[in-house]
This record gives sequence, C-alpha cells and structure tokens, in this order.
Amino acid sequence: MAHQIAVFAENKPGRLGQVTRILAEAGVNIRAMTIADSGQYGVIKLLVDKPGIATGAFKSAGMAASQTEVLAILMDDQPGGLYRVASALESARINISDAYGFIVESKQQAVLVLDTDDAVQVLSLVSGLGLRTLTDDELYGL
Amino acid sequence: MYWEPDIETMPRPRLENMQLTKLKRTLEYAHRSPFYSQRFAAEGIDINKLRTLDDLRRIPFTVKQDLRESFPDGLLCTSYEDVVRIHSSSGTTGQIIVVFYNQHDLDSWSNLMARCMFGAGTRKTDVFQNCVGYGLFTGGLGFHFGSEKLGALTIPSASGNSRRQIFLMQSMKTTTVHIIPSYALVLMTVLNEMGVDPRKELFLKRAFLGAEPYSEATRRRVEEFYGIDVYNSYGLTEMNGPGVAFECTEKAGMHLWEDAFILEVIDPDTQEPVPDGQEGELVFTTIDRQAMPILRYRTKDLAFVYPEPCPCGRTHRRISRIKGRIDDMMIMKGVNIFPTQIETTLMKVPELGSNYLIVLERRNLVDEMIVKVEVRPEFFTGDLRRLERLRAQLVADLRTEILITPKVELLEPSSLPISEGKAVRVQDLREL
Repeated sequence: MAHQIAVFAENKPGRLGQVTRILAEAGVNIRAMTIADSGQYGVIKLLVDKPGIATGAFKSAGMAASQTEVLAILMDDQPGGLYRVASALESARINISDAYGFIVESKQQAVLVLDTDDAVQVLSLVSGLGLRTLTDDELYGL
Repeated sequence: MYWEPDIETMPRPRLENMQLTKLKRTLEYAHRSPFYSQRFAAEGIDINKLRTLDDLRRIPFTVKQDLRESFPDGLLCTSYEDVVRIHSSSGTTGQIIVVFYNQHDLDSWSNLMARCMFGAGTRKTDVFQNCVGYGLFTGGLGFHFGSEKLGALTIPSASGNSRRQIFLMQSMKTTTVHIIPSYALVLMTVLNEMGVDPRKELFLKRAFLGAEPYSEATRRRVEEFYGIDVYNSYGLTEMNGPGVAFECTEKAGMHLWEDAFILEVIDPDTQEPVPDGQEGELVFTTIDRQAMPILRYRTKDLAFVYPEPCPCGRTHRRISRIKGRIDDMMIMKGVNIFPTQIETTLMKVPELGSNYLIVLERRNLVDEMIVKVEVRPEFFTGDLRRLERLRAQLVADLRTEILITPKVELLEPSSLPISEGKAVRVQDLREL
C-alpha cells in the first residue's frame, strides 16, 4: 500500500505556499496533489516520496497532518482503463471516498489513487483485473 | 482537614453573631473614609442605629464607578503611614481602581489563602508553583503569601516562559500549581510539543484555577490531561483578591469565608435578594478589613448559593461556579449569552483545541456570531467529510445551548493569538 498525507488548511492566501515550503525545506518531492475544499477550510492531500519525513515536518511546524494508506493502482494509459476499475468497484458495491489520478508517461502508464471503505476487497478485485498496486518505493521509482 | 477548625465549622448562629460584631467595627472604620462619611451623611445613615445583619440593607450599594471616581484613596480610612501595600485591578474594562492594605489586612488575607489551599489538600510538604502574574494583580502575591503562611515551598515562577515553567515543575517536583485557565490550556500545547507526558514526567497533584470564568468541561479536560484535581478559586481585587471563596476536596461549590465577608445575592435588575439556589449577582461586604472596607459591593458576577450544607462539615456557605460577569454577557437577537456557555460546548468535543474566539458582527442590520476554534492535530484524520460533520454537529449543539445559530469556523492549530494574561474570548465588531 502507498501512503498519502493529508494536511488541514484554512482557505486563505499563502496556505499552499506554506505547505510546499515545508516540503521543500525537508527535501521531499511531490508526486501528486489534490485539494478538497469546504469553503472556509480544506484538506490538502499529497503523495510524496518520503511520507514519514513529510508528516513529521508538518507536525513539528504545528500543523494538523495525518498519514493514511491508499491504493495506488498502476494502469495502462488508454481509453477505458479507468472504466474497468470503476465498473468492478460498482458491481462489488464499494464506495469511493476519494480518488484522483496522474499520468506517469503519456499513452503508457497512469496511476489511480483510491481511498475506499474496504481496501482488502479492492485489492483482490484489482488483481482479478490483472492490475497491480504500488508500494511507496515503487510509486516514486516510476 | 481544617486549617482553623473552630472557625470553619462554627455553628451558623455563632458565625452570624461574629459577622454582626465585625460588621459594626467595619462601619466605624468605613465612616472615617471621605467616601463613606459623605455617603452616610447624604443618606442620613446613623451607623450606631444598625443593630442586625438585615440592617446592612439600609446602606446603599457600592459600585465600581464609586471606586473609580474616588481614585486613588477616597475609600481609605487611615493614613498612608498606616498602610503597607496597594493592589490594583487589571483595568481591562476601564479606568483602574486601587485597594489599600494595612498589616492586619495582609495577615488576614494570607490566612484566608492558607485556609483555601489547606482545604483543597495542600500541606507544608507540598511544592507550590505560582504560575500567574505578580505585581499589581492580586493573584500572584495573594497566593504567594498564603502558601508561605501554610509552610509550603513556594516557587514564584509568575506567568509566561512556558518551557521554564515546565522545567521548574520537573526539577523542583512541583505538586501544586496556581494558574489561569487559559494558560493551563496553553501549557498543554507546550507539553505536547516538548513530548512531556504530564501524568508520568511531572509530579502534579492539584491545580487552583481562577481569575477567569471557565466551564466544568474545561476543568475535566485539564484534570484528565495532567492527571490532577482542579479546584475552583474565586476572588476579586475589591475583596482583597483571591481567597474569597474556594473549593474543598468535595469539589462541589466554593466555600465563601463568611468570617471575612458578608454575602448577599440579588436580582441585578430589581436589586432585591434572591433565595438560595437561585442565580443572582454576588454582593459582598468586607468585615475583616481595616484600611479600606467596602460595603455592599456589587461584583457583577452571577452565581447561586447552594441551599444544602457541604459534606465536608464546613458551615460557611458555598457559591456556584461563576456563570459570567454581567459585563461579559453578549446580547444577540435579544438572547443573553455568556462566553462560558460556548466554551462548555466546545470543550466537550475531543477533536477541538482549547483556544477559541467569539466574533460578533452586524451584517445588513442582522447580528451574526462566528465561533472560531482550532482543530487538535492529534485528532485530525485527513477526512474532510468528518470535519464537516463535526462542524455541523457543533452548530447544532451551540444552537441548543445558546438558542441562536452561530457560524462555526475551524482553524489551524495555534492560529489564534495566545495570551499569557487574561484571555480575550469575545470580539464585538458590531457598530451599535
């Protein structure tokens, strides 16, 4: 399983700057990022090459940050790739809390990051489709 | 278990006799001050004709404005040569007032403080760290001399410099602290940052919290975090400072020392007395002060008297936790709201930090309340929906408590300013 970092941030100017400055100073590289926003505040989610170091850096800066496990599924970058996964999850009636993707190499490989209620079942579904999930190390070795 | 068994457990009739004797002497002292001699003359009051405790009600109330207008020494009954110290109110709500003490007054005050601390379990074997401001603020020197009178090792650490406070607690094996509620909460954050577990790496047994209104939920939060007993302390500069009322180990209301103060509880609007058990404004008369007695002082503090006696055996009546100062009361859409009501709701939620701010605004002629509270890093899971549920729940809980619907904003940890003196909890930005 891969690790994702979530940082609580108020929705005001300079917040993303602060978050990325802390990562830069800790020598951490960002793989992917997404922001969930509720208006007054939001949660910044990050995939980084050194999740432990990044979480520690946020905490010692006094920020609310947490590290959770997510599934990083390696897929082919071609039409219908995401649909296969989504329909498998749908027929198994698995709810997706959060999902985002990024392309590793155009027309070759992409990664789908999934946060679901039931990671174990998703793992077996994914391997049934002939896909595999990435560990932290694999994710950043891409 | 009692510091002064005969006084603390004195049967009520004897205690009331004692009050009357001391009251008569107090009236004689008061009559020597310019303020009270003029007032007695203006009201046609002959102090020799006051024969019962009920007769006290013929004397008009003294209010804060009287003390301000007679600044600096209109209520002083003696000369500067006879007095040895002054204290002054913090002046947060206006012009300062001054209280004078002669040696008798200081001795009496120190004894009351020792009685309070002893009643809450403190002994001369304890190590007492006084983490509040010294100087003009009565909380510092009041507790300091009480602790020395008790014979405990006393550390005058004063407020601020949080890491040094914790260093002193560790190296001197401090068992007992006096601290302002908001600063007890600040120290929790500092202990977390330093990675010090107060239950295992400190030696604390008890804390005295006072000087700011705070909620029962805050007491429980502080007790659980530090692994200690927290005792409520009540006092005000006009009545010496701390040591007016204090909790015993029953932790069920604060014993008001009736050999030093006469208590009345009145309806703040009608000024008529209210029965025990009913909330009203506390009114005090000093009866053991020589340099500057104050008669029937309206505190603007709201509380009630417990009707039943305390299991501890003390006969001095107990007052409830102070609901709030009338001055702190907010009026929103015709509803009276105290900051402590909001604090009670916030402190019940483990995901929230201890620092909060209430902002009042007026938009298009409609009042709005915005409650800003920090999230607690330890409880953050990264789940936005959970935060939204928490926020919605908080709005609902607050509406139940204060009857209006506030906005709730969740803030990043440590983003609100912290104060090492009395915390500012309300910002009223309404232009009335």
